[in-house]
Amino acid sequence: MKKAQDFALLFATLLLFWLLLNGSVAVDVVLVGIGVALLIPFLFRDSLAVFSELRVTPQALMAALAYAVYFVKELINANIRLARIVLSPSLPVEPGIVKVRTRLKSKMGRLLLANSITLTPGTLTVELDDEWLYVHWVKVESADVEAATTSIVAGFEQYLEVMYG
Amino acid sequence: MSMFFDLLGGLLLVCGAAFLLFGGLGLVRMPDLFNRIQAGTKATTLGTLLTLAGVVCLRPEWGFKLLLIGLFILFTNPISSQVLARAAHRSGTKMSDKTCVDKLEEDFGEKP
Repeated sequence: MKKAQDFALLFATLLLFWLLLNGSVAVDVVLVGIGVALLIPFLFRDSLAVFSELRVTPQALMAALAYAVYFVKELINANIRLARIVLSPSLPVEPGIVKVRTRLKSKMGRLLLANSITLTPGTLTVELDDEWLYVHWVKVESADVEAATTSIVAGFEQYLEVMYG
Repeated sequence: MSMFFDLLGGLLLVCGAAFLLFGGLGLVRMPDLFNRIQAGTKATTLGTLLTLAGVVCLRPEWGFKLLLIGLFILFTNPISSQVLARAAHRSGTKMSDKTCVDKLEEDFGEKP
């Protein structure tokens, strides 16, 4: 059952990408797309398992939406802060690498978390080691693990936890 | 209506270009490699996304492809930055004198 669901999810994702890339729903385009989208999950279904960790429940979808909104807000916020640092003559940076911990278990959840951290205010994931993330911070607010975790990770984690667990 | 979208598209393009400019400035001004990567990643991501959004307003028929480009940028940009930063740290790149803490060095300090 789980296998069939993975297969269907991967098939749908691939077909959607194919259609977006072609920008048309002509019969031949759709047929080729269906053929390829059936073949790829069949050949690579184990190595593409990252998709299958996504939970498909109404709560997860709501969390995904909230996550997207929060992410865009943080991305814009990150850029404005960066612009302010770069444009100020004194260049107020206080860089350092801090260590934070995540509660997320799934690979895909951790990947998204690491990516989100990289794209948001002043932080850049440097290394992942199980539940520990090493994050480069342009302006270190606290070197303490707990405080840094609250400040960097918690915002995204609350949504990703519902989506992936 | 088309006038409105032309204006909006132009505005988005200008904003995107401005963020790309800040990113470039950051590359020049930041004190060490890690800070430069930070400036490069964030500014280029938002700058490129805004530019793409601007193009969508001017050329709506390209929308789907531009959306795909945006998605790929969102996923690949941070990964490449992270791998660059990790490689740099592992090969012992010097960090700026302003650096106040390096937990990674403390935990994995002994170089092979």
